[in-house]
Amino acid sequence: MNSPNSSWADLSKISKPENSGPENGDPVQFFEKRRQVHPQRIDGNFRRFKWLVMFVTLAIYYITPWLRWDRGPFAPDQAVLVDLAHRRFYMFGIEIWPHEFYFVAGLLIMAGIGLFLVTSAVGRAWCGYACPQTVWTDVFQHVDRFVDGDRNARMRLDKAPWGAGKIARRSFKWAIYLFISFWTGGAWIMYFADAPTLTVDFWSGTANPIAYVTVTILTLTTFLLGGFMREQVCIYMCPWPRIQSAMLDEKSLLVTYKDWRGEPRGSVKKAKRDPDGFGDCIDCNQCVAVCPTGIDIREGPQIGCITCALCIDACNRVMDEVGRPRGLIDYATLEDCEREAAGEDPRPVWKTLLRPRTLIYSGIWGTIGLTLLFALGTRTHTELSAAADRNPPFMLMSDGSIRNAFTLKIRNMESRPRSFTVELEGLKDAVMWSGTVSRGAAARSLEVDVPADQTAAMRAYVVAPADTPAQDFAFTVASRDEQAETDRSDVRFAVPGGAE
Amino acid sequence: MANDPSGKSRIDEPTGTQTVGHEWDGIEELDTPMPRWWLWTFVLTIVFAAVYVVLYPAWPMITSGTEGTLGWSSRGDLAAELQAERGRREPLRQALANIPLERLPEDSALMAQAVAGGRAAFLVNCVQCHGAGAAGSKGYPNLNDDDWLWGGDLRAIEMTLLHGIRQQGDDATRTSMMPAFAGVLSAQELAAVTDHVLSLSGKADPNTAGAQIFTNNCASCHGPEGTGDRAFGAPNLSDAIWLYGSKRDEITRQILAPRQGVMPAWQHRLDPVTIKMLAAYVHSLGGGEDFVEAAETPAVKVDEQP
Repeated sequence: MNSPNSSWADLSKISKPENSGPENGDPVQFFEKRRQVHPQRIDGNFRRFKWLVMFVTLAIYYITPWLRWDRGPFAPDQAVLVDLAHRRFYMFGIEIWPHEFYFVAGLLIMAGIGLFLVTSAVGRAWCGYACPQTVWTDVFQHVDRFVDGDRNARMRLDKAPWGAGKIARRSFKWAIYLFISFWTGGAWIMYFADAPTLTVDFWSGTANPIAYVTVTILTLTTFLLGGFMREQVCIYMCPWPRIQSAMLDEKSLLVTYKDWRGEPRGSVKKAKRDPDGFGDCIDCNQCVAVCPTGIDIREGPQIGCITCALCIDACNRVMDEVGRPRGLIDYATLEDCEREAAGEDPRPVWKTLLRPRTLIYSGIWGTIGLTLLFALGTRTHTELSAAADRNPPFMLMSDGSIRNAFTLKIRNMESRPRSFTVELEGLKDAVMWSGTVSRGAAARSLEVDVPADQTAAMRAYVVAPADTPAQDFAFTVASRDEQAETDRSDVRFAVPGGAE
Repeated sequence: MANDPSGKSRIDEPTGTQTVGHEWDGIEELDTPMPRWWLWTFVLTIVFAAVYVVLYPAWPMITSGTEGTLGWSSRGDLAAELQAERGRREPLRQALANIPLERLPEDSALMAQAVAGGRAAFLVNCVQCHGAGAAGSKGYPNLNDDDWLWGGDLRAIEMTLLHGIRQQGDDATRTSMMPAFAGVLSAQELAAVTDHVLSLSGKADPNTAGAQIFTNNCASCHGPEGTGDRAFGAPNLSDAIWLYGSKRDEITRQILAPRQGVMPAWQHRLDPVTIKMLAAYVHSLGGGEDFVEAAETPAVKVDEQP
């Protein structure tokens, strides 16, 4: 693809890219016709790594919702569940309530910094191996290969006129696309409800309409983005390549064509005639043929390169065949390229990976992770919040005593019903009662039962004798079980006359 | 290209793309062509808009707008939602209609629903006088406290809501009529009886002259100790709560020319279930009293004393 950020290599030596813009005198071209990409089959270390990542990520995606995790009778037994209806997020032994969403925010920040870390160290590894767009595109390209054959067969079929055979092949291929897309959308909704129940409901037509709508939308987007848009998503839609180009530096590992070694290009035959006139690149175009985004890596780093390293596999195989050293296209840093071009030895890989920038990223990443773990380990499953009535702030009773009303919220974050004691701390001689405890039974403490995994809200009326001054006091809550968890909420007792 | 005012547009050597012809400190802008599918998405949005304009309300006209062939409107959506909500609420209203008020507090879930419904109705119908927090103001009773002119159990509150206060033409309305003592009491007598009333709640020293006047003129309704009588709606004069103020001149003014507030009879304006919910809400504000027949324990009997 065309790209402005291919500045470092001496590009004047390099042949002109295939898809040149309008030459002088050509008619003005506002819109560019898309060139279909038909990547050729290739095998090699990076291809095998890509297979591995694809299987692992797809397995995680499809299997996770079906894992079970016993949480007792009052909570769902799905290991990973985003329960939007009840506003709970379950992940194995961790349960997160909406007010603890900072855990999720923390994870997202870690994911962001993790991407910075990975990008500064090994470039666009996310784009090349783990991004869903890459993985699904890869899947669909294998479908293409399975149905239509390899690169040349597919190109022939593309050019062929529409006949019965082509229609049959295309229908068959798109049916497979649709099938994969449907299962992609179908797996997604399993994260949001009990998977076995939802599966039965889904096929018996009794699931929530949102489930059908979600599956439909995800089926269509997968069909479109994975089946047809493919590299166009990476090049035109995704902001990540642009952000990443800003995060790479001269010490980041990139898929690189070593032009000082490869140029000028010449076929084996030519090189035989003139051994000193040509570089190692035999201009076989294998690197272009296998590229899933259809770029020529020999043009230098560019936005279209997702660093999947399949061109490394292709070039290494060719170099082996022609008996030249491997690594004409290789993972290398810009700095190393310059050293190598100048005839020096490249720095060891660990020095490339362990440098201040990556260490600082790792430090931040680890600190956030440890902080989250610490917060997770020390959080209690009992919380109390008290809010004073503002209107009216206080109430004069007929015997002259003063009453303040509060709304107490007691969170029982355990998956079992629990009983709590709510007590007054401070505010001498005051007693309280609530909606369930009558004024006659007013006391310094109340007992409250809270159902499993719920918040109980109750009104508490605190009455203090006449002439009690305005003052701070607190409600405390303690769970009446062996955990004996406690929490408190500081509030103020208001009195008539605005005395503060 | 097309937007090249300077004529400096050239082909960029490395990329083979034409530049737009602008240059800032040697930095030039490439005129990279858009992908053609992008053009088709643009066309698609135009088609979408054209279809939308036909199907949905779109064009503003002079008095109204175009309505669209689907007949959809956000107002219609709201009406449908409200209708559905009413349908969902019907079982609750039925349950509230069937349960006797005396039994309502035993069903805590239903009571909570009634209180919530009552709060909504209160905010529409009652806040104008009693205030959003039901704290009232001078002349408008505070509904949070434990002082009730006519009784504070659910039934008494419902009665007040149904028939109002001092509503002509309603036989069951709450009516009390304190006579005006202007011209009846001399200035000296007035001062003495005011002192006596203040002394009932400990705000002044007792005086026998005032006590005598009180016994002769006031005790028949307010009681010998000034504790009032809910049967007549006679206020308790010995407590800390004063509807028209507790200062000497405010009390004097009330003796000379008593003000008598009114409240509408809501039975003509609200349905019985809403009134029941309102009663539950007012009862829940912290001053609600138990029914007398249920008040067996001495601890609760304290509540009965306003």
